[in-house]
Amino acid sequence: MSTAASPRRARPLQAVLAPIVLGLIVVLAWQGAVLAFAIKPFILPAPFTIGAQFAGNLQSVVAGMTVTGRNALVGLLLGVVIGVLLAIVSALVRVFDAMAAPIVSAIAVVPIVALAPVLYTMFGAGAETARQLVAALAVFVPVYFNTLKGLRQVRPVHRDLMRSYAASSWQATRAVTLPTALPFVFTGLRIASSLAVISALIAEYFGGPVGGLGKSITSAAASSNYGLAWAYVLGSVILGLVFYGGSLGLERLALRRT
Amino acid sequence: MTAGSGSAGAVPAVDVHSVGRVFAGRRGASVIALDGVSLTVAPGEFVSLIGPSGCGKSTLLRLIADLDVPTSGNIRVFGKPARQARIDQDYGIAFQQAGLLPWRTVAGNIELPLELHGVDRAGRRARGAELIDLVGLSEFAGHYPDQLSGGMQQRVAIARSLAERPSLLLMDEPFGALDEMTRERMQNELVRICAETAAAVVFVTHSIPEAVFLSNRVVVMSPRPGRIRSIVPVGLGDVTTRGEGLREDADFFRSLSTVRDLLHADEHGDPSGDDRPGPGLPRGVETR
Repeated sequence: MSTAASPRRARPLQAVLAPIVLGLIVVLAWQGAVLAFAIKPFILPAPFTIGAQFAGNLQSVVAGMTVTGRNALVGLLLGVVIGVLLAIVSALVRVFDAMAAPIVSAIAVVPIVALAPVLYTMFGAGAETARQLVAALAVFVPVYFNTLKGLRQVRPVHRDLMRSYAASSWQATRAVTLPTALPFVFTGLRIASSLAVISALIAEYFGGPVGGLGKSITSAAASSNYGLAWAYVLGSVILGLVFYGGSLGLERLALRRT
Repeated sequence: MTAGSGSAGAVPAVDVHSVGRVFAGRRGASVIALDGVSLTVAPGEFVSLIGPSGCGKSTLLRLIADLDVPTSGNIRVFGKPARQARIDQDYGIAFQQAGLLPWRTVAGNIELPLELHGVDRAGRRARGAELIDLVGLSEFAGHYPDQLSGGMQQRVAIARSLAERPSLLLMDEPFGALDEMTRERMQNELVRICAETAAAVVFVTHSIPEAVFLSNRVVVMSPRPGRIRSIVPVGLGDVTTRGEGLREDADFFRSLSTVRDLLHADEHGDPSGDDRPGPGLPRGVETR
């Protein structure tokens, strides 16, 4: 009923074109500023230089995106599964919730990437495990809190209804509680998807095997190859967008009807 | 479903015996919502509970539905404890809010209780279609609740409450949120549905005409503590044959004024019970 196009909605062409035009203007202004003020590349390389480096090292940038992306994805999946499951347990078992609340709050305030060096010594510096765990921990917190909040949104009339049906607590969870919570879970997932990439990438700064975007950025910068370092940064921006877009798409798909 | 009107007479649909319900308030102060309430509803009988806000009529309905437990006394539904009747799905229930699941279609909502109780897909489809027909929403089976008007949503909720052919319907102000015209149409429809299902109904309402139009008996309640003031038999013949014309009938008006007088007895009764300022009328009672 309310799906009719609102008069304010811009036409699709305009909606796509406007940001592109703005982006082009910004890039050109950037390029112009670098040339006009002769800014040194270690302060700010020109966008065309970054573009050239990106194109020239595409293979290695993509390889870096694959390594970091895989770590982020493994961490994301792990964190989401654990976060959702623990939130369900917390919602069902009051005692567990009381026990878990301070621990999860503690995890929430720990700067999680700070755990990376410790985890590297635990799992060995040659493995990606530490990075995946860092991402998983970072993901777990928003997913847990959002899911738990969502699970508590059940309307009293729905609770009465389920009781009147003598529904088992599992039936009530599946029929009412989970669908009610779903939009909240996806909000958590959307926040978590960016966190997963950031955490997996930053964790690389603290050690572990080479090949990922984080390591590549630091080593390119260390060898004064600033254009290349920025090309890897561009790669990580794209990776973050892919994750965010992916979770947004998943949300749209799942909530098409609510 | 099992204890139907076949074995009528002997076992009442609802038997409320000197029930009290006390809610614990803050700092030990407790609120007596119901006090010494006794009521029997025969199979197939339509009984309305009416009274001002806070008279415990909704509480009484919730106790019958075993959504809440009495502090004293006991309630039997078709001869069983209320809890057992709930587990056996002997009643269907509709609330003031339709309470539909927004992520399910009209059909999906109506089939929900059948799904929860393990009816197979074909059985659900068939029964669902039947009920959608019954409430006149055939064209809307695939719609979602937010695409329907309030009256239509309430019809879906009523269809859902009928899904398992209960011999008892519990309705808590199901038309309370509807406008007057929709409301009268829904009342006419409810009369028709009752005729088709032969279920006993316990109906909570604020509206005197609604209570009189629908009921065999109107239970007038008084607040603080919630008690039954009087039970008015409405001598308007069989509920299931009532139609629009009845609203103009002289007997209808006579019953209206009887119920109204009983409700207004409040004003002369004990005004000390009123803890909130308000007009002379009992709060929440519509006298239109």
